[in-house]
Amino acid sequence: MANITYIESNGTSTTIHLNDGWSLMQGATANGIDGIVGECGGSCACATCHCYVDEARLGDLPAASDGELDMLENVAAERKPNSRLACQIKATAALEGLIIRLPETQE
Amino acid sequence: MSAPLQPEDSVVIIGAGQAGVQTAEALRTLGFAGAIHLLGDEPHAPYHRPPLSKAWLAGEMDAAQLVMRSPEVLARKNITLRTGCTVRAIDRATKTVALADDSHLPYTGLVLATGSTPRTLNALNLPGADAKGVLALRSRDDASAISAQMAVCVEKNLGVVVIGGGFIGLEVAATARKKGLAVTVLEAAPRLLGRVLAPVLSDWYAALHRSHGVRLVLDAQVAALEADAEGAVCGVRMQDGSVVPAGLVVVGIGVAANDQLAAAAGLECERGIVVDACGRTSDASVVAAGDCTARRQSDGALLRLESVQNATEQGKSAAAALMGQERPFAATPWFWSDQYDKKLQMAGLSTGADAWAVRGDMGADLSHASFTVFHFKGATLLGADSVNAGKDHLAVRKLLDAGVSPTQQQVADTAQDLASLIAKPV
Repeated sequence: MANITYIESNGTSTTIHLNDGWSLMQGATANGIDGIVGECGGSCACATCHCYVDEARLGDLPAASDGELDMLENVAAERKPNSRLACQIKATAALEGLIIRLPETQE
Repeated sequence: MSAPLQPEDSVVIIGAGQAGVQTAEALRTLGFAGAIHLLGDEPHAPYHRPPLSKAWLAGEMDAAQLVMRSPEVLARKNITLRTGCTVRAIDRATKTVALADDSHLPYTGLVLATGSTPRTLNALNLPGADAKGVLALRSRDDASAISAQMAVCVEKNLGVVVIGGGFIGLEVAATARKKGLAVTVLEAAPRLLGRVLAPVLSDWYAALHRSHGVRLVLDAQVAALEADAEGAVCGVRMQDGSVVPAGLVVVGIGVAANDQLAAAAGLECERGIVVDACGRTSDASVVAAGDCTARRQSDGALLRLESVQNATEQGKSAAAALMGQERPFAATPWFWSDQYDKKLQMAGLSTGADAWAVRGDMGADLSHASFTVFHFKGATLLGADSVNAGKDHLAVRKLLDAGVSPTQQQVADTAQDLASLIAKPV
């Protein structure tokens, strides 16, 4: 499990406690954090759960799969080196305290 | 067009799935401040359907993870969710809907997002179609019932039969194999997914499933379902008299649009609620979105799409239409299906294709496959189906959105960057 902090583009910050196995997308949609859409339900098919991961913590995350890297080419907001899809990041103890920032738009 | 909604107005949305939720949220995004009643006939708050045939069925996620929008989140947006709420009738003259509990809800704008219902074997007049353990997959409860019966099959070492080699059937087959169950897929047509995939890809998917141990029967002619003394299904009898034993039969033979309420209210329906590109029905106060619709195209033909993208796009269009805005759904249709470790991503509409070209490696041993099959009609690109090739898929969507048709030679050449073929503005 891990406490994850989501910072929306308007500055709103919300910290959510996620059980192991929950994706960062699921944590956001279940708790009504605007800024994560997750249209495809977490299937890595729509690129509407784009987030920017705290760069200092990038190394704590498993690397993005080829499928995720492909879909990151379709994000609506600017793709940055720390861009990830929240549906592909599962909560583990290694992510405790992680901060992710959400883009202005997902579609 | 009707007058745009005013703050004192009220919108009733029948259906709390992807399309209904999308329409409700889009109305708020567009600034509608009036009441929104989101009516769902299922007991659950809005949830994601795509995982039902995969991670949910496999038991890899819990109910909270499936939630699309919780009641609290909807309440924060002043969207009133009513679950377990069945609509009995629509009265367009008085602009009210009648609920199963005999109460009435008035509306200024009405959204029909009623979804679709799986076709049953009764439609094929198959004896035994009502046996226990003959199940279809549409809702969370359907998937839970299938999952529970799969557990029984694991325990008693019984096989699973899937009737219908479409997306739902094949995804369920893949999940059942993951659980170690013996799986037989019975497809009436000579190839899998024959209406949507190129023959070469149908063959590839047949090989994929067989490589995972699925017994696949094409041209299958089912005669009847056999039940034991307790009325539980125990096998599928074929026309040739052979019987495939089964402790569970999953039926995936397509869906029918839920257009009964609309038809009874006198709205134009034809295999679905007829809408224009903006989600408008034949009544200016009523819009529709998602699986329940049949979209009238510019050439007059009706297009039925059953996909997440269709639900979300039509939801946005329908909300805009109620606000007096034109927002046609014009984007290239796309769809996906996850089976085993393969992600199929489809772009465009391939109906009418007369030529195909393959880009990439279809994989002699299947495991490292990454390729795209392009559908052409003459020199025109109609669409493409990508397997573990998301980059191709996204490039094709952009090409089709831009109205650009590369040649068969260009798409087959992996040295050719597809995205670069989109004309740059001068």
